[in-house]
Amino acid sequence: MTSPALAVPPSASMRRSVRFKSLMTKYRVPLSILALCLLPWLLPSKALAVNVLIYGVVAVGYNLLFGYTGLLSFGHAAFVGTGAYITGIAIGQFGVPWYLAVLMGVIGGALLAFIMGALSTRTRGIYFSMVTLALAQLVYYVALQTPSWTGGENGLRGFTVNKINLFGFEINFLDPVNKYYVLMVFAALALWLVSRILNSPFGAAIEAIRENERRARTCGYNVERTKLLSFTLSGTICALGGTMSALHLAFVPLDSLHYLSSGMIVMMTLLGGASSFFGPFIGALVFLVMEDVFSLWTSHWQIIVGSIFVLFVLFLPKGIWGTFLTRVMR
Amino acid sequence: MTKDIRGTTRNHISRRHVLAALGTGASVVAMPWIARAADDTIRIGFPTPLTGPFAAEAKDQVKSAELAVKQFNDKGGVNGRKVELLVRDDKLNGGEAATRTLELIEKDKVHAIVGSLSSAVQLAVNEVTRARGVLYVSISQSDTINEVKDFSKYTFHEALNPTMTAGAVARHAFKKGTKVAHLVADYAYGHEMLRGFKRAQAAIGAETVGEIMHPFGAADYSTFMPRLRSMRADVLCISNFGRDQANSIKQAVDFGLKQQSRIVVPVLLHNQRLAVSPEVFEGVVGGSNYYWGLESQLPSAKAFNDAYRAANSGAIPTDYGAYGYTGVSSLLQAMQVAGGTDTDKVIAALEALKYDVAKGPQYYRKCDHQSVQSVLVLESKKKADMKSDSDLFSILANDAPSEDVLRSCTELGFPT
Amino acid sequence: MDTELILMQLFSGVALGAILVITALGLSIIFGMLGVVNFAHGALFMVGAYAGLWVASLTGSFWWGLIVAPIMIGAFGMLIEYVLIRPLYGRSIDDPLLLTFGLSYVLVEGVRIVFGSDGIPFPTPSSLTGVVDLGVGFFPIYRIFVVGVVFLVVVLLWLGLEKTKFGLIVRAGARDPTMMKVLGVDISKVWLLVFGLGVGLASLGGVLSGPMRSVNPEMGALVLAEAFVVTVIGGLGSLLGSIVAGLLVGVVISMTALFAPEMATIVMFALMAIVLLIRPQGLFGKLA
Repeated sequence: MTSPALAVPPSASMRRSVRFKSLMTKYRVPLSILALCLLPWLLPSKALAVNVLIYGVVAVGYNLLFGYTGLLSFGHAAFVGTGAYITGIAIGQFGVPWYLAVLMGVIGGALLAFIMGALSTRTRGIYFSMVTLALAQLVYYVALQTPSWTGGENGLRGFTVNKINLFGFEINFLDPVNKYYVLMVFAALALWLVSRILNSPFGAAIEAIRENERRARTCGYNVERTKLLSFTLSGTICALGGTMSALHLAFVPLDSLHYLSSGMIVMMTLLGGASSFFGPFIGALVFLVMEDVFSLWTSHWQIIVGSIFVLFVLFLPKGIWGTFLTRVMR
Repeated sequence: MTKDIRGTTRNHISRRHVLAALGTGASVVAMPWIARAADDTIRIGFPTPLTGPFAAEAKDQVKSAELAVKQFNDKGGVNGRKVELLVRDDKLNGGEAATRTLELIEKDKVHAIVGSLSSAVQLAVNEVTRARGVLYVSISQSDTINEVKDFSKYTFHEALNPTMTAGAVARHAFKKGTKVAHLVADYAYGHEMLRGFKRAQAAIGAETVGEIMHPFGAADYSTFMPRLRSMRADVLCISNFGRDQANSIKQAVDFGLKQQSRIVVPVLLHNQRLAVSPEVFEGVVGGSNYYWGLESQLPSAKAFNDAYRAANSGAIPTDYGAYGYTGVSSLLQAMQVAGGTDTDKVIAALEALKYDVAKGPQYYRKCDHQSVQSVLVLESKKKADMKSDSDLFSILANDAPSEDVLRSCTELGFPT
Repeated sequence: MDTELILMQLFSGVALGAILVITALGLSIIFGMLGVVNFAHGALFMVGAYAGLWVASLTGSFWWGLIVAPIMIGAFGMLIEYVLIRPLYGRSIDDPLLLTFGLSYVLVEGVRIVFGSDGIPFPTPSSLTGVVDLGVGFFPIYRIFVVGVVFLVVVLLWLGLEKTKFGLIVRAGARDPTMMKVLGVDISKVWLLVFGLGVGLASLGGVLSGPMRSVNPEMGALVLAEAFVVTVIGGLGSLLGSIVAGLLVGVVISMTALFAPEMATIVMFALMAIVLLIRPQGLFGKLA
């Protein structure tokens, strides 16, 4: 049996457009933020735009582990969901101010990611994927079995944030535009943070591990610790996405912890392109817009979305953004 | 990925851009509201799970709701205003439903929402509409939505709830001394149904001989069967829904449990019964909000069936589908009375409304906005007794509407 | 708790395990030989059930459905391998995974369009209805029949892989495809057949499940998770592992159902987590 080679995003082909690429990389955060500012006015609805923000953050955070470290996790819904649940419970049951609740959600998600990472990074390849899936299902089960905290299968509710106080200004948080731009600040922070991580020596270390674990070890990297740190950071960013979704919908569905949600994150990332910084965000955007638009046309939208996936894998394996970067921008 | 080795410049830029973004945000906030759509059409949002395991029920809901809208429009609309139904796919997922509802409210500027086919989805929609003061007629079973914690003055619960459904079924299926074994799906719906049955059992004097919680969404029930058999119950009461119900009943029958006990379920679904053979369901007793066979005893049911048949090339309306009709009709009648879509006036009109559109007289109880209505108890027919492909059930009882079968307002936490 | 009940529960567990084995075998074989994680496994299981139902309703006999549908869907599987999977060999393992994921959407929705989104009744063949007294309790004849079929399939597979020339080529090909090419074996033909075999097994599982569970477009989703768990616990690519793990999971689920029934589904995932944390390559897997 050959060992499964996990997520090796192509890097050689990109070197051709070094100049353009370096420009894109240099300004990736400001460019991303500019795009984010315009997003709600380009999409069919503001609610959809907020979802794109949320899943964009989640996918970019996920890609830190998947695209850059080369570890395929099927359990990241656990962090998204935990972030959302903790935020919701903190606001709804303890009356914590929203910004502290966000912080608590992120810290809670980070802790869970640390624990799950410590357990799962001991395994490799497809086994790693399966351990993450199993552990995440346990989290799902705990949420299902503690309805007094989580609302069980009915979902968590009762924590609508109507107004937020920002530097002395009271902002109506129910207004979709306000909500979008407030949450956009979080998204921008997350993108900046991921970009920063990737440009640090740590970023080089995780890519070295992805390319060749044995070599990285020989070079003196502490592979286990680096993997664990990458897992934790990735989970933390996903938890931030979760807290954003709690603020957005004022509802946490139990499904947000299900492994199918983890699968969706993987698919978004692959669709956009795991080899690039912004690819996963594009993947989330395209995935959600496709769902939104096609489900209005036909109740059989899944056949269209499924076919598009198949065609993408066959003909555009680098994902939308990866292909765009290598082909159009050469 | 090519590496880049810059640090400080990028940081400056990003920080500046974050501020710029904030600025853009603030200026947008200051922008005046984009004017509401000028036409005076009444728009009703209708989230329902068009994809997923309850797609058939969802499609029936849409057909019924469209019929109600068409009937009003044919009569010249609500006070001259045309009504439009905006159907959206909630994919049976609370998060998806919340998003669709936000879109309906924010983008499509709907005047009210009707719909949902699961407890979680309806609570998600309820949360969104409650915060924004939008009318919502929920049409899926739940006890939770009646309770004060989730109460919204904008929400009216048209569907039956587990307390009244299980209560009615129990009154007709259990007697004093009946030994009941419960197989219950381990989630809110199952727990609420179980509570409803036990509440009724206590009043009747029926005894619980065992209780098994099964995982929600399980496909195989064989491992529960030996224990269920060892309970030697008179009645096997299976409190789950949809596919879980079909699978568990089928397997209980395979294991020969029907020879030992009568099988009782809280809700019998027309479409799910069609998905399983009549032999499996033969003799199974369960509750329902509507069955087309009511037409022989009720003029409003006859009128609804006839209109539905005419609009859908002879098809008959089904249980969860009928909620779409009764829910939309009650809302539009109230709007007619209120003389428009003013939320407070429509609420007052709904609270005072007495309506009979398909299943006999109904009204919304003041405290929790639960529709007080008749509950049917059905028995699945033997194949030989079926006169047509849609002649699935016989009506054992049609319990008249009564607040006595509901949990009292005090019990739900409302101040008296 | 009386012994009779526990014995009965053990038996139910083994019978359930046999069903899990048949659902996992196809996934395991395809991964073991081709290194492809087939996410459409559950969907093909479901398509198999529908195909069985369709053939049975055309011919009026369950037996034709049981024999013809797996062959039909197996051939369909070969078509999938030839058209969709083949271009992906040599790429990362994620590509076939993503492709088959997309494919499962297409298959499920396709079935909804053709057969409707409701389930369809799949009656138990009349010769196999009823229960049999095992001495400790009653058990459906049909389920015992399924256990028999699974046993037969496992024996045939074992004979095919261990005692035939084709089996030798398959096993060698799984270990070192390049060497097989050097030796002049058309390995792509082997892969085509193995993929077809895996899909055929999935659809056989579907047909067998039909009379036990309701047949509906979503029936594959849970099966996929079950099959993955069993395959991974057993050790990916290990046939023996899948069989042992299937029976083990069945018995564990059954015992859980006796003492903590609401945990009967989650216990499967907990078991997988524990096994992998103690033995990261699964029970019978080899370390990569």
